[in-house]
Amino acid sequence: MRYGDKVAVDGLSLTVDRATITAVLGPNGAGKTTTLETAEGYRRPQAGSVRVLGLDPVADRRALLPRIGVMLQGGGAWSGVRADEMLRHVSRLHAHPLDLEALSHRLGLGECGRTPYRRLSGGQQQRLGLAMALVGRPEIAFVDEPTAGMDPAARRTTWELLEELRGAGVTVVLTTHYMDEAERLADRIHIIDHGRLIASGTPLELTRGGHEATIRLVVTKPFPADAPGSLRRALGDGVEVTLLDELSIVVTGPADASSLAVVSRWCEANDVLPESLTLGQRTLEDVFLELTGREMVS
Amino acid sequence: MTALDLSPRPGAAPFPRMVAAQAAMEARLMLRNGEQLLLAVVIPVIVLIGGVEGAKHVDLGLSHRPVDVLTPGVIALAVMSTAFTSLAIATGFERRYGVIKRLGSSPLPRSGLLAGKVGGLFVIEVFQVAVVGVVGLLLGWDPAKGVGGTLLGVLLGTFAFAALGLFVAGILRAEATLAAANLIYLLLMAAGAVVLPSSSYGAFGHVTEWLPSGALGGAIRSACLDGGVGWRDLGVLFGWGVLGTILTARTFRWE
Repeated sequence: MRYGDKVAVDGLSLTVDRATITAVLGPNGAGKTTTLETAEGYRRPQAGSVRVLGLDPVADRRALLPRIGVMLQGGGAWSGVRADEMLRHVSRLHAHPLDLEALSHRLGLGECGRTPYRRLSGGQQQRLGLAMALVGRPEIAFVDEPTAGMDPAARRTTWELLEELRGAGVTVVLTTHYMDEAERLADRIHIIDHGRLIASGTPLELTRGGHEATIRLVVTKPFPADAPGSLRRALGDGVEVTLLDELSIVVTGPADASSLAVVSRWCEANDVLPESLTLGQRTLEDVFLELTGREMVS
Repeated sequence: MTALDLSPRPGAAPFPRMVAAQAAMEARLMLRNGEQLLLAVVIPVIVLIGGVEGAKHVDLGLSHRPVDVLTPGVIALAVMSTAFTSLAIATGFERRYGVIKRLGSSPLPRSGLLAGKVGGLFVIEVFQVAVVGVVGLLLGWDPAKGVGGTLLGVLLGTFAFAALGLFVAGILRAEATLAAANLIYLLLMAAGAVVLPSSSYGAFGHVTEWLPSGALGGAIRSACLDGGVGWRDLGVLFGWGVLGTILTARTFRWE
């Protein structure tokens, strides 16, 4: 997929199983929305093919649309329309819509039903967007950044609802840049960056079951030139040392308390003053960092 | 409270039901908006009353009683304001707010969206014609029974102006659409032979006859003054409608 000269999504290949939750995880601008909108039939790929429920999302759009539910990243309602009115309108376009009262209640939209869309909070607009995606009882729900801008309680409600959808046989494809969201919800995670798939797997596979750990070393003065190499030699085989920027280094691998001592002694020997030295379990963030040398969340 | 059964049961509503829902929604939103209502009813009624009163003091050189000429002209003005200005502005902001994109992923096809929009316009127009007609009758309007000609004029006028309105909304940003649609409306109201006949514009009247505004005014005036059908005017409206449709089809972007 390109926009002008910019390639937004390139050679991305992934499949999604029925009645699972799939997370497309990546930093802002990675191509998550473009990927989703290609599956929704909004964009025609310049190369390659997309099939959703066996249908071509562009050529077979009319047949496909009633079967999928789409939550856009923002907007999608008239500014003067009331929340309940908008949801009712979308429900009328479907043959067997969900019970509106139950759905609104479930998403906490009951008390803001009479409020015009433009006066809803960001989180309320998100919840209405999710309700509009689900009201037609789709087989697949494509949800773009479903919990962006939601407070913690609404996030939990949304997560529970998405899990319930999976339990009811709905396939959920979501994009997110929240690691915890992907880790908690997804059966499979596809990490993308610069429009390319850089890793795929279950959360457990990607974090290697939590058996590996990460040491982060942040210093006050820039590291000496060969710092990553010399630190790796000090730690021995099986670890990876990444220079994140001139003041921070990340060590990943089978690290434990004794590795922490090695790093500490290395600092002493190399006249490096640590500002912080932390040991943690390997997370999706570490996976992303390892693969790209960058942090995912800015 | 019924339990939420989330199991998939997809399906589009029958096409007529979708179109009816869309038309009702469009009409409701338009009537709720104060500016739109001003444009739809208040301005035409002021023009009608002002025109009839003014004609008592200034000779407009009209062939019939002023109220009989002005009332159909104002009905034409009302149709133009709804089918062109209101539609263009509403559609411009729908593009901006992602409404068209959102509906684009619903079971409602584009043909259904367009049909719903046209249906919404007709609902408003019926309301407008009723209000302007009643005010006209109160001022002594005595229309000929040209119902067929009037209906054809409203239908083809809506076709022409809606096609042109969508063209404007499809190529400009929402704010620019707002400005352009209002400006064009004012220019056509003042100089487009919609309220007053082309014969009132002297030599310029030969130009206004070919404008969609002059043709719409002419079509409804011939129907209400003589009970006839202004085929030439209807032809001009049809031509503008075809032109607007081609332009819109080539340029309109749904986002």
